[in-house]
Amino acid sequence: MTDPISRRAALGAGVALAGLAMPRILRAQPAVVKLGILQPLTGALAQDGELGRIGAEAAAAAINKAGGIQALGGAKLELVVADARSNPEAAAQEVEKLQAEGVAAIVGGFASPVCLAASQAAARYDLPYVVDVGVSDQITQRGLTNTFRFAPGFGQVTGTALQNLAKLNEAAGKPCKTVVLVHEDGLFGSGLAKLMQTELPKHGFEILETIAHPTPARDMSNVALRIRSLRPDLVIPSSYYGEFVLLARTMRQQRIRPKGIYAVLNGAASNFRFVKEFPDAALNVMDCNHWHDPKNAEALALKKSVEESGKFWAYNIPLNYSCVKLVADAIQRAGSADRAKLTQALAASDFTGHIMPYGLTKFVQGQNQGARPVNTQVQGEDIKVIFPEEVADAKPVFPVQG
Amino acid sequence: MYAPEIVAEAVVNGLMSGATYALVALGLTLVYGVLHIVNFAHGALLTCAMFAVLGLNLWLGIDPYWAILPLALIFFAFGYGLQRFIIGPSSHGEDRNTLLVTLGLSIVLENLMLAAFKSDTRSLGADTAFDVLELGPMLISRPRLIGFGVALATAALLWLLLSATDTGRAIRAVAKEKLGAQLVGIDPRHIFAVTFGIGCACLAIAACLLLPTFYVNPRVGNAFVLVAFTIVVLGGMGSIAGALVGGLFVGVVESLGGLLLGESLGQLGIFLIFILVLLVRPTGLFGARA
Amino acid sequence: MTVRQIALPVLLVAVLAVLPFFASGTLLNFLVSALIIALGAQGWNLLAGFGGQLSFGHAAFFGTGAYVTAILQIRFGINAWAGMAAGIAIGAAVGWVIGFLSFRARLRGSYFALVTLAFAEVLRILANAAEFTGGAAGLLIRLQPGFGNMQFPDRGVFLWLVLACILLVLLLTAWIERSRFGAHLVAVRENEDAARALGVDVLATKLRAITLSAAITAAAGCLYAQNFLYLDANIAYGTWISVEVLIAAIIGGLGTVLGPVVGALALHGVGEVAKIAGGQITGIDLVIFGAVLILSVAFVPSGLMGLRRLVKGGRP
Repeated sequence: MTDPISRRAALGAGVALAGLAMPRILRAQPAVVKLGILQPLTGALAQDGELGRIGAEAAAAAINKAGGIQALGGAKLELVVADARSNPEAAAQEVEKLQAEGVAAIVGGFASPVCLAASQAAARYDLPYVVDVGVSDQITQRGLTNTFRFAPGFGQVTGTALQNLAKLNEAAGKPCKTVVLVHEDGLFGSGLAKLMQTELPKHGFEILETIAHPTPARDMSNVALRIRSLRPDLVIPSSYYGEFVLLARTMRQQRIRPKGIYAVLNGAASNFRFVKEFPDAALNVMDCNHWHDPKNAEALALKKSVEESGKFWAYNIPLNYSCVKLVADAIQRAGSADRAKLTQALAASDFTGHIMPYGLTKFVQGQNQGARPVNTQVQGEDIKVIFPEEVADAKPVFPVQG
Repeated sequence: MYAPEIVAEAVVNGLMSGATYALVALGLTLVYGVLHIVNFAHGALLTCAMFAVLGLNLWLGIDPYWAILPLALIFFAFGYGLQRFIIGPSSHGEDRNTLLVTLGLSIVLENLMLAAFKSDTRSLGADTAFDVLELGPMLISRPRLIGFGVALATAALLWLLLSATDTGRAIRAVAKEKLGAQLVGIDPRHIFAVTFGIGCACLAIAACLLLPTFYVNPRVGNAFVLVAFTIVVLGGMGSIAGALVGGLFVGVVESLGGLLLGESLGQLGIFLIFILVLLVRPTGLFGARA
Repeated sequence: MTVRQIALPVLLVAVLAVLPFFASGTLLNFLVSALIIALGAQGWNLLAGFGGQLSFGHAAFFGTGAYVTAILQIRFGINAWAGMAAGIAIGAAVGWVIGFLSFRARLRGSYFALVTLAFAEVLRILANAAEFTGGAAGLLIRLQPGFGNMQFPDRGVFLWLVLACILLVLLLTAWIERSRFGAHLVAVRENEDAARALGVDVLATKLRAITLSAAITAAAGCLYAQNFLYLDANIAYGTWISVEVLIAAIIGGLGTVLGPVVGALALHGVGEVAKIAGGQITGIDLVIFGAVLILSVAFVPSGLMGLRRLVKGGRP
């Protein structure tokens, strides 16, 4: 069973963007390499899935515009977009479809459960799978040789977040001592809270309270209320978009102004919609998250074109953009779209043509060792990188003057 | 332990959330009481109403509070049509079929909104959302206070409608004895549709009250549906007063539970209450009255 | 059991069983997922179709089956087959407990439906918070092909395993339909008071039905866990599974032997066709799916099996 529509759809998008919308039949058919793009386009995570797709499609358009894959005689990259429907079961089924379509590799997944299920389904066919975002450390700890993660995993993000927090606090003269943790009770938030509880005291912070909340939460007033009564120096929230927006708005409304809001892998703190819609609530919120390299011209050009098309920029876009380029580069290195060769090429890759603040790509057991998160802060109506210094495009505003 | 003013504020917060929950539950309990169906499309209809509020605000610049009356009327008509021409005819009077039809309807509506509005989480402009009323040490959100008042007023109005108008009497007649009502010349199909329409109008009002402090995305309604079911059960299925008291009660329990036990386990508390009420006193704490 | 009665189920299973020799991976995968739902729906149908008790919370049994086999396998290294047996047993026990509590409180109709929904939600919240269920991170069963792990190099073998379970339940249902227990169950469905007057032990009959029903749906959960090798609280105890088994059984034909299987295949088939027809705009395929659901209820109110009777001109 093939899925002609999604192929056609993907083609439509990819080709039109590249300015090659003339009927293909009229010309000699150039070779194509199919690449599966698996994103949660419907369901709870549809917002993120859509962003991932934008990034992947922009990369394919750029590669094809630059003449396709040289080693295969200028073969064009053809994206086959599949909808993981925000659940792992549908994702595993879509992998079967992509397999039937004959894709050379799959990029995407976004959520950890989706990545876990999909990469495992792809492993049955030795089909290379590049995880775009999924941070669960389980993803790269299963010994699956087909699975690669370009972005940093959970352990690394949180470890870096803690170190950076300690450094920021130290550089500012240690203004913050007391902390309240607010986290969603899913995979993301719970794991983070557990880690923070053991690690933060080692850096001299005192945790006043850990507040878990469900997703979706109808009301964050009580969380805000508790924060108000505890008066912490620092609030560390780890929630998805809707809940964090509610919390930040309620805190603003309740006039709760801690010396800092330091988010980790937050759904909203690095989101332009939030910044544009609630500049007051978003101001000076810090986040440790994925972000593009603000000094990379290609990244800035991509950001500009995404914003010009009326869409909001988010880290999913440069990550998927980079992942698609990574796979295209590996196909170039392998000189073939053959799976075994492609897997080998990915494993041996030292790709640098990405737009993340990462440096050299080097996979060890499927995890890119060059990957790292950065600290961002909402300043003015923009999101700036404030740490580490070599990639930063702004100075941190910390502590925030209430 | 928490200072008394914090606990007091949590209770006030709970009452204000509870009033909105009650409004969502009103529609559900009314439809249940009269049509004897569990309406699975309730959440999706609430989402529809919230997008309508957002749309009116974004494109026509209409304030959500001014939208209450027109939207309530529009949603009454929409609900009337849905029940009269889709749910009623396609269910053939079978409970299990109604269940499937409303389920199908919720899938259709939710995904139509996904296709139309994309999956983004959106909110209204921030200007009114930060308004607070200072009451001693308490900071009370003005939009939520307005929500509280309007929700209570709506419940009172609904009660008046049911007890003092001919339509209300007809609705109660159909709820109690469908066949008998038919014999005295009441068309139950019309009354069913009117009831469903009223349920939808309640949702439209709830949406106008919610949006200034909440957000909307194609799945947002689901967050309110389970809690609305709990309220309906707690208040006694079909009882207006029960839904109102049940809503306020659940709001306070959730708020205090969240404050003392943590938000996630606060959710668990709601379901445990739900199960206990069903097992021990299935007619609801306040007795059923259709 | 007459030959006529079991001929159709056996034929259907036989047709499905030869498919692995021809089918592509996509089709096999489709069949496995659809048939796992079919098995869950068979369990639901036993309680709702024959016993008249509409549950909205079969996720409670599905999830328990899935979690028990996964936990036994991951944490205690227990063979997947033994894990499945334990999963079915504990799933059945959960069914008995929920049944005992709610039937003793004389919950019926919508009240029973809502209480089962709440039980499933409570289990979901607990599984999401507890340590030994892997909390929110879920459980991952290692990809390690081998007979003891219920993982076969050829996916067709797994399909046969699912089919074997389905055939077993088909035969069981066909037998129950004719048995004394089945007669009691139908009597309870039609009129509890009348059944009691005739000397039927209503509580015992309902309890037996929910226990059996829970065991079957738990088996579906076990197979799900072994097939996808990943579980979390929203998959195992999520509302989706309660809803899906109920839709499959009703679409197929409530209270018919073959209904759940036919319904699950039709349901998933429509989903796939809608995906193709939906095209590029996200969500349109599910709109089509929902619309087909409404239309099928409107025009085929007694389910697909009812349609078959209609075509044959038999009893309606």
